[in-house]
Amino acid sequence: MTELLQQLINGLSLGAIYALIALGYTMVYGVLRFINFAHSDVFMVGAFAGYFLARPLPTDSVFTGVLVLLGAMAICALLGVVIEKLAYRPLRGRSTLTVLITAIGVSLLLQNLGQRIFGANPRSFPALFPVHQFHAGGIVVSSAQIMVFAVALVLLFLLRHVVLHTRTGTAMRALSFNPVAASLVGVNNDRVISFTFALGSALAAAGGILYASNYPSIDPLMGTLPGMKAFVAAVLGGIGNIAGAAVGGLVLGLVETAVVALGGSTYRDAVAFAVLILILLLRPEGLLGRRIAEKA
Amino acid sequence: MKHLRFSLVAVSLAGALCVAGCGKSGGGATIRVGEYASLTGKEATFGTSSHEGTLLAVDEVNAAGGVLGKKLELIYEDNRSTPGESATIAKKLINSDKVVALLGEVASGRSLEAAPIAQANHIPMISPSSTNPKVTETGDYIFRVCFTDPFQGKLLAEFAKDTLHAKKVAIFSDVAAPYSVGLAQYFREPFLADGGTVVSDQKYTGGDKDFKAQLTVIKNANPDAIMVPGYYTDVGLIVAQARQLGITVPMFGGDGWEAPELIQIAGADALKNTYYSTHFSPQSTDPRVQKFVMAYQAKYGGKVPDAMAALGYDSVMVLVDAMKHAGTTDEPALRDAIAMTKDFPGVTGSTTLDAKRDAAKPAVIITVKDGKFQYLETVAP
Amino acid sequence: MRVARPQLLLLGALLVIGLLAAFSNFYNPYLLDIAVSCGINVTLAVSLNLINGYTGQFSLGHAGFMGVGAYAAAVLTTLYGAPLLALAGGQAWLLFLVALLAGGLAAALAGLIVGVPSLRLRGDYLAIVTLGFGEIIRVVLQNIDAVGGPRGLIGIPGYANLAWAFGLAAICVYVVWAMVHSTYGRGFIAVADDELAAEAMGINATRYKITAFLVGAFFAGLAGGVYAHFKQYIAPQGFGFDRSIEIVVMVILGGMGNTPGVIAAAILLTVLGESLRSFGDYRMILYSLLIIVLMITRPQGLFRWNARARMRP
Repeated sequence: MTELLQQLINGLSLGAIYALIALGYTMVYGVLRFINFAHSDVFMVGAFAGYFLARPLPTDSVFTGVLVLLGAMAICALLGVVIEKLAYRPLRGRSTLTVLITAIGVSLLLQNLGQRIFGANPRSFPALFPVHQFHAGGIVVSSAQIMVFAVALVLLFLLRHVVLHTRTGTAMRALSFNPVAASLVGVNNDRVISFTFALGSALAAAGGILYASNYPSIDPLMGTLPGMKAFVAAVLGGIGNIAGAAVGGLVLGLVETAVVALGGSTYRDAVAFAVLILILLLRPEGLLGRRIAEKA
Repeated sequence: MKHLRFSLVAVSLAGALCVAGCGKSGGGATIRVGEYASLTGKEATFGTSSHEGTLLAVDEVNAAGGVLGKKLELIYEDNRSTPGESATIAKKLINSDKVVALLGEVASGRSLEAAPIAQANHIPMISPSSTNPKVTETGDYIFRVCFTDPFQGKLLAEFAKDTLHAKKVAIFSDVAAPYSVGLAQYFREPFLADGGTVVSDQKYTGGDKDFKAQLTVIKNANPDAIMVPGYYTDVGLIVAQARQLGITVPMFGGDGWEAPELIQIAGADALKNTYYSTHFSPQSTDPRVQKFVMAYQAKYGGKVPDAMAALGYDSVMVLVDAMKHAGTTDEPALRDAIAMTKDFPGVTGSTTLDAKRDAAKPAVIITVKDGKFQYLETVAP
Repeated sequence: MRVARPQLLLLGALLVIGLLAAFSNFYNPYLLDIAVSCGINVTLAVSLNLINGYTGQFSLGHAGFMGVGAYAAAVLTTLYGAPLLALAGGQAWLLFLVALLAGGLAAALAGLIVGVPSLRLRGDYLAIVTLGFGEIIRVVLQNIDAVGGPRGLIGIPGYANLAWAFGLAAICVYVVWAMVHSTYGRGFIAVADDELAAEAMGINATRYKITAFLVGAFFAGLAGGVYAHFKQYIAPQGFGFDRSIEIVVMVILGGMGNTPGVIAAAILLTVLGESLRSFGDYRMILYSLLIIVLMITRPQGLFRWNARARMRP
């Protein structure tokens, strides 16, 4: 019984991380209708930014944790804006596939630049927030895991607030419905898109820092797999749906942990893709999504 | 229509292009040695370490005047940790760059890819750290300067039984790394033969970050010790997570554990009660080792060398030593000289190449105390 | 246009290739390696072009088909090599041909498995699903211990050579070209242009899409078999996302739906990849920059000789 409970905790905490990264994907897709392949590498940059920011600061302190988190989010927000301006803006209006390929190109570029600049060796990520293990009747929960839940929840609500209750958020939603009409009613599309990217990238950075806090080994290629799984989580929950990203992340985390616990650990990466294919076949709008009639 | 014609002509022409097949003539003023390594991609961390050791050795040899009156010229290429590249690189180094010997690789899979080419061309190949027995079985021109998995596995089995007093062991291996699978297998056989039992056999894929699911299963199987025959990049996290889950039994593994980052990633606390076997310890008081460590740190900005770097270094030194003994770089004289390497004083220990062209070397067992690696004992072959 | 000419051209090309290949022993093996890689990549790129370029189905998992073909062919020649060779009367080329075809068929089956569920998907989703399938194939191969799992399969007999590689490329080019430029083949382009309109004209879009996947996968499988028997070592990691992207870039660079351009791009990128080796780390950085710059400045591809502006920018 304790084993089951422990595996449940394992699954949920893994899922919370996926949820955090998925938030960024789902937001960008929701507004711009495009899969930002480079999201997983912004996630990596966030983790490295955190690593370098934390160097002069003391470890095991909430102050350090918050400062590094915000710092990394700011750096990645800037990175996101730059990437959008240089690589995606010139392609505005072109076919989605062109943009997809470009996004793949940006992703590869970030990975290889990362390997060049940071070196391929994994580095150990310092403990930012104080770390405790909580024991309760044979089950162990780490404070880092609780932190992921907490931060993910906070960011989830913050994001929801921004999207539903602020002017920029309304502009973002308008843009996602119809960019032309949005610009006609006075929305500055360029600015809103930049803002969307900044926000998405900041979320990726948060994901990176929390991921690195749980798995304190960072390297330039760390983003690929978690990124892809988070994308699957976003689709699972309903892409473009913020709560869906959270639900999708948790479900995927649980499914993946279940597969591993049952002895299929070598198939764990395939699980995410199998889930993706299944959901696209059976319920393409995702668990929480609404069915939109697709223009043929 | 004209497109089809063009296409077919283009295809045929491209074939014609390879008629110009003269390779560059070997530089007479230098001795060319080729190296293929994973300098980018998934296994870049091991490839770069090995490469750095190799470079250091080449620099030292040249600073001391070279070999046979000529300088060593190292021509190296990156195989991007991708299958298929090593074979092409081997052909380039041998046929176009006209190297007299080939150094590589860390990963047994890639060594196996290039070895047949070296063998067919009668170019000696020395692998610094491929431990799969099949590598040297390719042919008599293929050597290695590290011990093999069967040796290491057996010594770990004895260590588990005699020193750790473990009768029930759980194995947690990296299914994506031939090294890990091989070491697990060569541990399991002698361990079982000696009366031990394997209570849990879990797998992970190198690069995974979350091992809690499998570790939970292992914990419930109640082993006396856990064997993790993987690479430090994953072992650090595995040990840390195991301790977080409340697993207190000893954990041990092979030379893949070896790296200073292990302590940083896992944390000194987690590494209490862990052990691993390796070729080399930077803490060794052997003056040769100390000289190597200092030279490495001087060249690479204070970085402490790991086992891959030390083996990369030794692979060059063994080659150069053989060249001196043979007095030439021609075949089969060079090959024979390498095969006759006996008690060569390498930084990874006294190296003798046996009849199977493997290195029969002592291993050291290292443990971690107070956040520092500590030498525990030496095991002779 | 006279129908006899394409077949004559093919025959002529095959003769030239045969002649060139006869002198294989005189060529620098390294350059030979590059040439064979060119041939294999041309086959891969042209077969992907049928799926991506002509039929507009964005597939990011092409390397998976290559892997299936490579493994299927290699299993026949290694694990069952001896008895099969005896059956073939000791003729290695016959065994190789059979193995190749088996690989191609296995890959075509995989193509069917991937193509059918993908029918309802468009654009981004299709791309991700095909990527997913490619990765699943890789993971499955990695888990089959009998073929070495992640350690790869060694000791594959070296049946492939220049003749096979270029011969396959020539045949693939011919088949794809002939298919698309036939009356039936116009259907592929129609489906890519506007599926709804095509259906309204009586074209069974489903059938065309599946055919594209089947044929494309078949040739990718053949290319995989040739690859396996040339490198004599294969591993699942070599047939993953990175490889798929390499092939996709060749198609994009050449111009989607532009067969001569794709051929030129495949050869160019293969040769470029080799000559950039000396750049070490920078090779991949340059490569990714190339992708980005290309998409921004010239998404229709570098080699647009077609007067008819084919395919979406």
